[in-house]
Amino acid sequence: MTNWTTLIAVSVVRLALVLVAVAVVAFALAKLSPVDPVNAYLGADIARVGPEQRELIAEKWGLDLPPQVQFGKWLGNLLGGDLGYSMTYNAPVADVLAARFKTSLPLMGLAWLLSGIFGFALGVVAGAFPGTWLDRSVRLYSYVLASAPTFWIAILLLMVFSVSLRWTPVCCAAPIGMLPGNVTTLQFLHHMILPLIALTVLGVAQIALHTRAKLVEIMQSDYALYARAQGASQLEIALLHGARNAALPAITVLFASLGELFGGSVLAEQVFAYPGLGSATVEAGTRGDVPLLLALALFLTVFVFIGNSIADLLYRVVDPRMHGEPAR
Amino acid sequence: MSQAIDIPAAASRNRWPNNRTLTILSALVGALIIAGVVLASILLGGFGIDADFTTRLAPPSLAHWFGTDQLGHDMMARTIHGLNVSLWVGLVAASISVVIATLLAIFAITCGRWADALVAFLVDAAMGLPHLVLLILISFALGGGTTAVIIAVAVTHWPRLTRILRAETLQLRHADFIIASRRMGKSWAYIGRHHFLPHLWPQLLVGLVLLFPHAILHEAGLTFIGFGLEPSKPAIGVLLSDSMRYLVAGKWWLGLFPGLCLLTLVLCFDAIGNGLRLLADPRQEQV
Repeated sequence: MTNWTTLIAVSVVRLALVLVAVAVVAFALAKLSPVDPVNAYLGADIARVGPEQRELIAEKWGLDLPPQVQFGKWLGNLLGGDLGYSMTYNAPVADVLAARFKTSLPLMGLAWLLSGIFGFALGVVAGAFPGTWLDRSVRLYSYVLASAPTFWIAILLLMVFSVSLRWTPVCCAAPIGMLPGNVTTLQFLHHMILPLIALTVLGVAQIALHTRAKLVEIMQSDYALYARAQGASQLEIALLHGARNAALPAITVLFASLGELFGGSVLAEQVFAYPGLGSATVEAGTRGDVPLLLALALFLTVFVFIGNSIADLLYRVVDPRMHGEPAR
Repeated sequence: MSQAIDIPAAASRNRWPNNRTLTILSALVGALIIAGVVLASILLGGFGIDADFTTRLAPPSLAHWFGTDQLGHDMMARTIHGLNVSLWVGLVAASISVVIATLLAIFAITCGRWADALVAFLVDAAMGLPHLVLLILISFALGGGTTAVIIAVAVTHWPRLTRILRAETLQLRHADFIIASRRMGKSWAYIGRHHFLPHLWPQLLVGLVLLFPHAILHEAGLTFIGFGLEPSKPAIGVLLSDSMRYLVAGKWWLGLFPGLCLLTLVLCFDAIGNGLRLLADPRQEQV
C-alpha cells in the first residue's frame, strides 16, 4: 500500500529533522557548559598535571579547534557510526550504551507493559461504574500518584520493603561483588522488582485516568444505551463495547508516555543504584562526559520518536474507521 | 497533570463535594500553605539552617514534629524552608513558561504558514526528547544553581500549553472583530496585545496553575539527582537526597515528611488548576 510507505517516509524525514535539531541544540548546550572537559577528565589528578600536558590533552581531543569545526567532526564520526569515547566508563560510548540498555530494557519494558495492562483494567472497571466507591478509589489513587514525585515513591518502597521488611535488596542490579555473568535470572528479578513496582505504580495513573474518561463517555453513548435495552449488564457493555473503543486513547497515552517513563527511570535508577541508562545519564552529566551525554540524548530522541510513531501507526491498525485514510 | 480527562460522571454530579466546593477547598488549603510557608520561613530565619549537635537524628517527637537530621536541624523547619524555595522556583519558572507559550502561540497564528510550521516543529522537537534529559542538558550547560534550574524548567514546560493556546488563538484569528481591526490598519503586535491577550487570560491563568506543580516536581527531581539547586540550600530535592544516606540505618522520618509535604502542595495546585479549568470552560463538564 502506498499509504503506508508515504506515512513511514514522512516519519523518517521528521525523525531526521528532529535528530538534527537535537544534535545541534545538545552540542551547543554542551559547548556552553562552564565545565571544562579536561578538568572533568582529570578529576582528582588535576593538581599533578601542568599546562603543557593539559594542552596536549586538549589537542588530542580536538578541543583547541573552533566549535563549528568540532561539531562537524563529531557529526561526521556519528554518521560513520563512531559515537566517541566515554571518559567516565573508559570504554567506547556505543559499548556503554549497549551494556546499559541491556539492563534498562527489561526494567523499562516490563514497567511499560504492566502499567499499560493494569492501567487499562483499572480504567475500564472505574469507567464502567462511575460514581461508585470503586471509581472513586481508582480516581483518588490516580490523582495522588500522578502528583507524587517518582523518587519519593521509590524511597518509600525502599524504606518499607528493603529496610524494614528486608524482603528485597537495597541496591544495584545484582548481589554486591558478583560478576555480571554469574547472576541468575532469579537474582536479577529479585533486584529488579522494587524499581519495577515504583515505575509501574506511577505509570498506571495516567493510563487509568484517560481510559476511565473515555469509557464514561462511551457508557453514555447511544450504542451503549441500545445494548442496555437489549439486556446487557453494565459490565458486559464495558467489556464488549467499551474496552475496544477505549483502547485507542490508552494506546496513545501508553506510547506517548515513553519519555515520561524514561524520566521516571532516571530517578528510580538513581534511588535504587540500578545501573541502567538513567543512571548513565546522571553520571555523564555530573562528570562532564560530553560524548556519552550527547549520544544518550540522540538515542533517547530516537527511542521516544519511534514510540510516538508506533502509536500513530497502531492508531490506524486498531481503528477501522481510519483505514486507508492519509495522515491529516 | 491530567488535562481534559477529568470528566465527572453523570451520577455523581450533584453529590456533595462537587467541583466548586472542591476547588474552593483546595484553593483555601493552597493559600494557607503558601501563606504559612512564606510567613514561617521569614519568621524562622536561620532556625533549621544552623546546626545543633545536641539533638542529632532524633525521631519525631513533640519538640521536633518531623524529627531532626544528621546535623541536628529540625526537619520541619527545613521542610518549610524547602517548600519556600520550591514555591519561588516553581512560580518563576512556570510564569516564564506561560510567557513563552503565549508569544509562540500568537506568533504561530499571526505570522503566516511558515511561522505555524516552525512552532509546530519546535513543539514536536521539544516533546520528542524526554524532559529530564533536556533538563539535565540545560542544567549542565548553565553549570547548575538556582538560575539554571529556573531556566531549565521554564524552557521545557511550554510545549503543551503552546498547543492549547495556538488552538484558542486560531479560533479568534478569523473572528470578525479581528478582521475589522486588521482592516483598520492595526499591526499584529497591537492586535495581539489588545485583542488576543484579553481572550487568552482564562487559559493563561489555568495554564499557569497547572504548570506550577509540574515545575515544582521537576525542580525537585532535578535537584534530587544533583543537577539542581546547590546542596547548601534546604530544597526538598536536597533533603530527600540527603535522606538516602540514612535510609538503610532506618531513619525513615528524614525521607517521609518532606516528600509528603511536597505531595500535598502539588496535589492542591493540581486540584485548583483542574477546578479552574472546569470553571473557565463549563462545556467540558457536560460531556
